[in-house]
Amino acid sequence: MNMELSRRGFLKLAGTGVAATSLGAMGFGEAEAAEIAHVRPFKLTTTTETRNTCPYCSVACGIIMYSKGDLRKGETADIVHIEGDADHPTNRGTLCPKGAALKDFVKSPTRLQYPMHRKPGSDKFERISWEDAFDRIARLMKDDRDANFVATNAAGVPVNRWTTVGLLAASATTNETAWATFKFAKALGMVGFDNQARV
Amino acid sequence: MMDSPRTAVSNPPVQPMETNLTQKDLIRRSATSELPPPERQLTPVAKLIDVSKCIGCKACQSACVEWNDTNPEIGENVGSYVNPHDLTEDMFTLMRFTEWVNPETDNLEWLIRKDGCMHCADPGCLKACPAPGAIVQYSNGIVDFIHENCIGCGYCIKGCPFNIPRISKVDHTAYKCTLCSDRVAVGQGPACAKACPTQAIVFGTKEDMKKHADDRITDLKSRGYANAGLYDPPGVGGTHVMYVLHHNDKPHIYSDLPDHPKISGVVQTWKGVTKYTGLAAMGLVAVGAVLHGIFGRANRVQPEDEANAERLVDSAETRGRTPDDPG
Amino acid sequence: MTNSWTDIKNTDLVVVMGGNAAEAHPCGFKWVTEAKANRGARLIVVDPRYTRTASVSDLYAPIRQGTDIAFLNGVMRYCIDNDKVQWEYVKAFTNASYLVKDGFGYKDGLFTGYDAEKRDYDRSTWDYVIGDDGFVVTDPTLQNPRCVWNLLKEHLAPYTPDMVERICGTPKDKFLKVAGMISECSSPTKTMTSMYALGWTQHSKGSQNIRGMAMLQLILGNIGVRGGGMNALRGHSNIQGLTDLGLMSHLLTGYLTMPTEKEVDFATYMSTRQFKPLRPGQTSYWQNYKKFMVSFQKAMWGDAARADNDWAFNYLSKLDVPSYDVLRVFELMYDGKVNGYICQGFNPLLAFPNRAKNTKALSNLKWLVTLDPLDTETSRFWENHGDFNPVDTASIQTEVFQLPTTCFAEDDGSLTNSGRWLQWHWAGGTPPGEAKHDTYTIAQLFLRLRDLYRKEGGAFPDPIVNLSWEYADPNNPTPEELAKEINGRALSDLTDPADPTKVLVAAGKQVTNFSQLRDDGSTMCGCWIYSGNFNEQGNNMARRDNHDPDDTGAYLGWTFAWPLNRRTLYNRASADLQGKPWDPSRKLLEWDGSKWTGYDVPDIAPTAKPDEVGPFIMNQEGTARLFARGLMRDGPFPAHMEPFESPVANVFNPKMRGNPVARVFETDVAQLGTSDEFPYAGTSYRLTEHFHFWTKHNRVNSALQPEFFVEISEELAKEKNIDNGGWVRVWSKRGEVKAKAMVTKRIRPLTCDGKTVHIVGVPLHWGFTGSAKKGFGPNSLAAFVGDANIETPESKAFLVNIEPSTAPKDRGASA
Repeated sequence: MNMELSRRGFLKLAGTGVAATSLGAMGFGEAEAAEIAHVRPFKLTTTTETRNTCPYCSVACGIIMYSKGDLRKGETADIVHIEGDADHPTNRGTLCPKGAALKDFVKSPTRLQYPMHRKPGSDKFERISWEDAFDRIARLMKDDRDANFVATNAAGVPVNRWTTVGLLAASATTNETAWATFKFAKALGMVGFDNQARV
Repeated sequence: MMDSPRTAVSNPPVQPMETNLTQKDLIRRSATSELPPPERQLTPVAKLIDVSKCIGCKACQSACVEWNDTNPEIGENVGSYVNPHDLTEDMFTLMRFTEWVNPETDNLEWLIRKDGCMHCADPGCLKACPAPGAIVQYSNGIVDFIHENCIGCGYCIKGCPFNIPRISKVDHTAYKCTLCSDRVAVGQGPACAKACPTQAIVFGTKEDMKKHADDRITDLKSRGYANAGLYDPPGVGGTHVMYVLHHNDKPHIYSDLPDHPKISGVVQTWKGVTKYTGLAAMGLVAVGAVLHGIFGRANRVQPEDEANAERLVDSAETRGRTPDDPG
Repeated sequence: MTNSWTDIKNTDLVVVMGGNAAEAHPCGFKWVTEAKANRGARLIVVDPRYTRTASVSDLYAPIRQGTDIAFLNGVMRYCIDNDKVQWEYVKAFTNASYLVKDGFGYKDGLFTGYDAEKRDYDRSTWDYVIGDDGFVVTDPTLQNPRCVWNLLKEHLAPYTPDMVERICGTPKDKFLKVAGMISECSSPTKTMTSMYALGWTQHSKGSQNIRGMAMLQLILGNIGVRGGGMNALRGHSNIQGLTDLGLMSHLLTGYLTMPTEKEVDFATYMSTRQFKPLRPGQTSYWQNYKKFMVSFQKAMWGDAARADNDWAFNYLSKLDVPSYDVLRVFELMYDGKVNGYICQGFNPLLAFPNRAKNTKALSNLKWLVTLDPLDTETSRFWENHGDFNPVDTASIQTEVFQLPTTCFAEDDGSLTNSGRWLQWHWAGGTPPGEAKHDTYTIAQLFLRLRDLYRKEGGAFPDPIVNLSWEYADPNNPTPEELAKEINGRALSDLTDPADPTKVLVAAGKQVTNFSQLRDDGSTMCGCWIYSGNFNEQGNNMARRDNHDPDDTGAYLGWTFAWPLNRRTLYNRASADLQGKPWDPSRKLLEWDGSKWTGYDVPDIAPTAKPDEVGPFIMNQEGTARLFARGLMRDGPFPAHMEPFESPVANVFNPKMRGNPVARVFETDVAQLGTSDEFPYAGTSYRLTEHFHFWTKHNRVNSALQPEFFVEISEELAKEKNIDNGGWVRVWSKRGEVKAKAMVTKRIRPLTCDGKTVHIVGVPLHWGFTGSAKKGFGPNSLAAFVGDANIETPESKAFLVNIEPSTAPKDRGASA
């Protein structure tokens, strides 16, 4: 409700008061309220529920995400609310201050939406297409690997190390993503491959 | 017919539900002397905040913001864990932190209290409110603001023994914790109670909450807190938000929780014409000017109306807060 | 965690030391409050700061950061001196009675075999006496002075309550109260749980901190029982999973290890991984190593991994150093020896110590790729943000790709929590803009590289062109396909060794679990410890039966726990040598005369007799090790070591700095400060309102804790004329931060070795992106030195100075 509406309602009432009574309880008297008592409409009505777990710490609390639209029906789904899953044995519906505000992580204004590229020396990011980004990164990786790969050591033992390009894996990707990333990095011979566990 | 919910630990419905809190469940309405009796008596509910289990994580604040779709300001650090620095129209509940050295043990105790509307059985805000139907009380004990009826005068703040409501600068109406009336109306508990990681905040019938408090007090006494007790102050007829305090003999150490809250005598007794006197007695000298402005120019809002209203509200908002909370 | 979050409710005493569970893991901490409310459990907090965990504790004791070993050794000594030992457990389930080689000893803060030049020990004396039968010689009476128990007693002797106070600054009366309460848990019917996190790991001797508590728990008989255990509270939602899956320089999946250069072929590699039992009749489960390793190679390279090519052993890199861990890689980067770097959901600019070094290192890269759902400081390391990132943008020649990814809400898959539960989740939202799943991005890069190698050839293309990539849509492997690969399947019919006509698993079918894996190439399995996650019964990680018979907290029907859906590790140790539970009211398992039964999946062969087979089946001994042999680089017993930057000298050897065998790079030695110049003990930590550098992007969490600050005592504030809420400058040998000062009673000066030690607390959640106020992190201050065993940086203890200051330039909301 904006101020204009509020004030109009008030003035209407005040006018009625003056007409109907004298000083009469400073203008209100027994006048009826403009709005009858009501609570806010329940905002999750007709939303779609999806079970997930919190991506922050390792307690892994169960959460329910409420969306307008259903991904499983092929629709666009907009998450409007997230709260704890009371069926989950660990958190029993509770969430910490981070988990309770997960919706605003999903919808953060600083969520990245497009691949961006910064040229050497530039002071800004510029849009780049996914295809161009993939082609360029793959080329950079291939060229570096071919130039710097250590196939054998001094004794002639195959060692297959690529030390000049590294990969830091995430701490919140799924196990399935982690396995795909593992295969990729180890097959390339990337030895500088680590994750947040060390830190 | 659905009665009051018994717990906050449940998953909300997504199918359309009939609301369980309507005009017919009112037991009090501001500036209204003749209110038809409610058609039924809902079981009184309560939120119990066990300060001794609270870890000060602010999940309650977070859950409150998300559920009520408010937008608290991102402020600055001023040397305090209290953020925002006071209750606001966008922050209905607030963890207040006090570093207290127990003189008996010489041990530091970090007293953390969740501040917010106490949902008094005898609500000072409602009694002070001059706008018909702007503040209502349901038979389950919830005291709720009906914003369409609110005139933003700020008397509710003056009437509140706990200094809780805040006036929005944007829409000029008063805001405070609703006890998640929209959730309670469909059989759910408040968002803060559901979220609370340690279940320091629990929700249910007032009777159940008192029993639960007894168990907690027994446990606290076994840990050496001889004065542990339930804060359900009789001066306001008891409250529908209660605390378990380890030091119930001195509530004021918890960021100035009133030891003996009661509604101002002026608000308590004012009726009809005396209300005007009462307001003056409470120090709201601007009220005459505001009312004059309205009566004089009934159909237009003048800049001075705004200014007067602002003054009134500002005077309420700048009242002193706790020492731990530099505002 | 050896146990699970929900098991904590079964405890009698919670010790939070080296962590701050109420703030960092609030919903897990719920189970502490449950134990307190329902069992009358007590909570002890030992921490340099009076934390929000301490605010609900029964007893709080202060400690100087980096001195936990002295404290824990003191508690162990107290328990032994006061006969508070779970004797039956110690004698049967630990190596207390094993004899140690002559020559092993400890003097002046050092174990035998120290080589100051190499900064390493010759660990050959740190081992057992082996008898003619090939087994360890033991003395079950514990009389032999060379048995582990007596050596331990000797080692602990100096750690008196006075010595603890002298080193740790913990007042003696507080220490004695803590030790007294802990010692009561030596009763078979009283249990203590240890909840720790990065407060113990982020030290140059982090592994030894944890060992100290693990040994104490063994002495008290608290490992393998309900409400007990060593509970590492992992920091991130899937840090456990990424470690289990071997996304580390020195690891393969399931704690198989990368080969070194010395392991020239598969036979040599396997020769050091035979894991022959050291005591008669013991399981030594790692004897199955080869089955898991061959199945792993088959999962990686399919038909290209054959018996005749050593299962493609040479496709794996062989390490020339213990690991190319993140500190080493950034050191190489700093030296200009790394050209390209990919950061997947990681923000190293703020995560690794010595930010100035990190900035320089990243600036040396030719190219950087970041994959993240959020904007990160790392992806913008080249952008000038005034005092908050004072770089010369134009001079930085790094090409940067910032690739947007989906977040949890937009993908399906499993995460492994701290209690080893693999929980499946489902996507519920449409990704923003052009954000893509990581698997898609990885697949695109892989397929392009594979095409390039097929077309152009190049350096050793074999492991790339032969990598198994059999997905319905190779451009976009599904989470289900990947999960099934992790579980493993039969590549040909698996027949019963006793009856070759009987097919146990038909070719192409998922194996039930890792017990069906073979070393002949007939099975494949991505990660053996996860096997069972997605078998022919379906996706076990998606199970949602939350029943808990008799309220044990086990929840066997809820998702899937590794290994084999076991919820409490070493659970056979919950029963005595007759197989009866130590505490009948807290039964986990019981021997029914022919097999183990109970509430959990037995962590032992179901028919292994209780008086024959030891509970610690992954150890060659079958018992737990109070004496770690040569398995840890810095000692078989934990010994007090100071942080590299310490306000006081090591009382056992004043010349010794930090951990004597921790790796320190030369450039970093010059950047270590001393207490003359930097008199205050800095430490770093999380706050409950934030999660790392993520939630500063969230308007709600930003409102709850908007701006960077440091915490100091009232005493230090007075000494330095610092006002609460005023600006201060904090600096170390490596950098500086400007912060608001939070002056508090929750931090008090300590007296250590006669000297007053002031603590400066530096929380870690701010940067220059997001919606919170711009700020700094503790990594601007901390030293670039890691733990001697696993290279976790010493971010919890460093030296700083502090003074009143003015606001930094270009302050204000980040965004």
